[in-house]
Amino acid sequence: MSDKVKVTIDGITVEVEPGTSILNAARQIGGDIVPPAMCYYSKLQGSGGKCRTCIVKVSKGSEKDPRPMPKLVASCRTTVMDGMEVQNITSPEVMEARSGVVEMLLINHPLDCPVCDQAGECDLQNLGYEHGLQKTRYEFERRTFERIDIGDKIQLHMNRCILCYRCVFTADQITNKRVHGILNRGDHSEISTYIQTAVDNEFSGNVIDVCPVGALTDKTFRFRNRVWFTKPVDAHRDCPSCSGKVTLWYKGEDVLRITARKDVYGEVESFICNTCRFEKKKTADWVLEHPTHISDASVISSNHYETFQPLPVIQENLQLQAANKVELEKTSKF
Amino acid sequence: MGRKLLLEHINVPGINTYDVYRQKGGYRAVEKALKMTPDEVVEEVKLSGLRGRGGAGFPTGMKWSFLAKPEGVPRYLVCNADESEPGTFKDRYLMTHIPHALIEGMIVSSFALGAKTSYIYVRGEMMPQIRILERAIAEAKNAGFLGKNILGSGYDLELYVQPGGGAYICGEETALLESLEGKRGNPRIKPPFPAIAGLYGRPTVVNNVESIAATVPIINDGGEEYSKIGIGRSTGTKLISASGNLVKPGVYEIELGLSVEEFLYSDEYCGGIANGKRLKATVAGGSSVPILPANLTLKYANGEPRLMSYESLSEGGFATGTMMGSGGFIAFDEDQCIVRNTWNFARFYAHESCGQCSPCREGTGWMEKVLHRLEHGQGKLSDIDLLVDVSKKIEGNTICPLGDAAAWPVASAIRHFRDEFEWHVKEPVKSLQMNYGIASYAVPIAKAEVTI
Repeated sequence: MSDKVKVTIDGITVEVEPGTSILNAARQIGGDIVPPAMCYYSKLQGSGGKCRTCIVKVSKGSEKDPRPMPKLVASCRTTVMDGMEVQNITSPEVMEARSGVVEMLLINHPLDCPVCDQAGECDLQNLGYEHGLQKTRYEFERRTFERIDIGDKIQLHMNRCILCYRCVFTADQITNKRVHGILNRGDHSEISTYIQTAVDNEFSGNVIDVCPVGALTDKTFRFRNRVWFTKPVDAHRDCPSCSGKVTLWYKGEDVLRITARKDVYGEVESFICNTCRFEKKKTADWVLEHPTHISDASVISSNHYETFQPLPVIQENLQLQAANKVELEKTSKF
Repeated sequence: MGRKLLLEHINVPGINTYDVYRQKGGYRAVEKALKMTPDEVVEEVKLSGLRGRGGAGFPTGMKWSFLAKPEGVPRYLVCNADESEPGTFKDRYLMTHIPHALIEGMIVSSFALGAKTSYIYVRGEMMPQIRILERAIAEAKNAGFLGKNILGSGYDLELYVQPGGGAYICGEETALLESLEGKRGNPRIKPPFPAIAGLYGRPTVVNNVESIAATVPIINDGGEEYSKIGIGRSTGTKLISASGNLVKPGVYEIELGLSVEEFLYSDEYCGGIANGKRLKATVAGGSSVPILPANLTLKYANGEPRLMSYESLSEGGFATGTMMGSGGFIAFDEDQCIVRNTWNFARFYAHESCGQCSPCREGTGWMEKVLHRLEHGQGKLSDIDLLVDVSKKIEGNTICPLGDAAAWPVASAIRHFRDEFEWHVKEPVKSLQMNYGIASYAVPIAKAEVTI
């Protein structure tokens, strides 16, 4: 008998190592059945379980104990059991609860996407398109905060924050001394550095990359350009303190912004240092590798090198439309 | 006259001092327990059928037997005295007047679990109680019941009192442990449960003040004797904090299985509704449990009398039942406004939500704002359905039970008193001047027939 455990997610069975979370098992399958995750970050220990967007229904606990779990569970923090059956997009209950969570996340979010630097690569934006309502039911003032400068390179725009705690874990685990945390509680809790102390750490810039929304922004890139006008290129350099593997975001000849390389779930491959991120903004500093692969579904791909040809536009066929109309009338009559 | 186990000597002058408490038979349980093996003590508590008095009602003996006991790793017992549920004040009463009952219970329970260090986590607002407990600990230490080699048995125990910061969320056991470790009091994600990895990652048991104090009579009289009190799976006696429009509000010790009617109307307990008014509604177990109208409080939907026990109060599920909770019994007379009360509860939960998981953080604030609007005559009819929908989206989707606790009072108030909410929308001016009361019901709630 192998020591791997079998788990079935939306009818697809996969064998994974024991101790894997449901979310990671789903990521091994890939595709549409992967639950969205706003707060879970595989590189950060202890993250996850907070945003509740990744909730799934466990319809069969395990081979030994086939009872279903009474509540929906956070897939990022629930480990798989042998023979577990999980429903994600096949369960209407899950979809409804998830849209409820998205609504909750959006009620205090300013929805200022037109002026937000994160627009186009924002997890919350994607989630809102997929699960959100067209209109808000929230008729009260949203909570507001003053903008805070964290050091001279990072700005915290607390209004947009969804309190995923990723940056708190980053500050805790990547940097040596923690100067970053949460103040207050409830819906007025906020991310803060005590008395706005500058976070002067070589790796503090990573909080920008882990932020799923536009709450932590790069001041060297702020309002410079929209991400879909820039062209990402993978590059590396010999860096004494980090791996030096980055993505350069070009507009024309200029490097506008440098980020760590992100995978399909928006997680960085390796954290980079502030020198690489903020100071080496010349092509001469880097060894270029190749254009970054961007998913076709992303708005960034519209300017990408890989697609020189414009996306095909469906021609209007009047004859076909007329025929469809006739067919529709026939069927809807009964 | 019901049996009193915890509050038997409450009226003896000076019972808060060691000498008087000892005279009245205190610390017998410690002497008895130290002659037994720890497993026998656990067995005795299991036999008694004692259920957790903090709210969830999980059997205490069972909880103790789940505690992991790896070799060479210290175990902890933590007493949850972070009592902050609106309507519940029994633990404070117990700690103020008979602190030694808690200390004695802590020694017995720590011995049963093999804990060499135990903590009493007291809510920050209860500064007088913290001083009382610290004095009691010093007295017990002087008498040789704490410290090294207690009563020559070779068992060591150190007991500490830790003041909290006064957050409601720190009454949740994992948030309490985080707070005790000196971190922000956010509930942890379970599993692992505290019985496996609790305080400082070590096996920990967290028990309510009353559960721990209840181990004293269990050891004194034996678990079997204790299990004879009460009804069905609800054994023993329970402290009920009665408040609201009652003739005699206060803390009462009842035998579980007492009828709600007797508890409310008999002279031994609450003595009826104040000023000769009628009962409109009750919250039977602290603010987190569903509110019930008067007729369903006294009787089930099928007409049988409702009893004060874990099973009987939850009879009928969420549709016509409520829960025992922590025993905070709040009574509302005919003139009280349910909308205002619901808003008050919602405001409490919005203020006390820790802000960790999104449905609770955003949802409690949203419900509070909508209820505020309804109460102040600016609501819309659609708000009522909106509240039901929001409460459904919070319930069950959060890390800790605070989300459920915030959703249930709102959902149940609308379920049972929907006409009152609608009246607030339809009569915005009138609703600011007077309360809906009972008189405005289409079929007014009849005055309860009291048979006692």
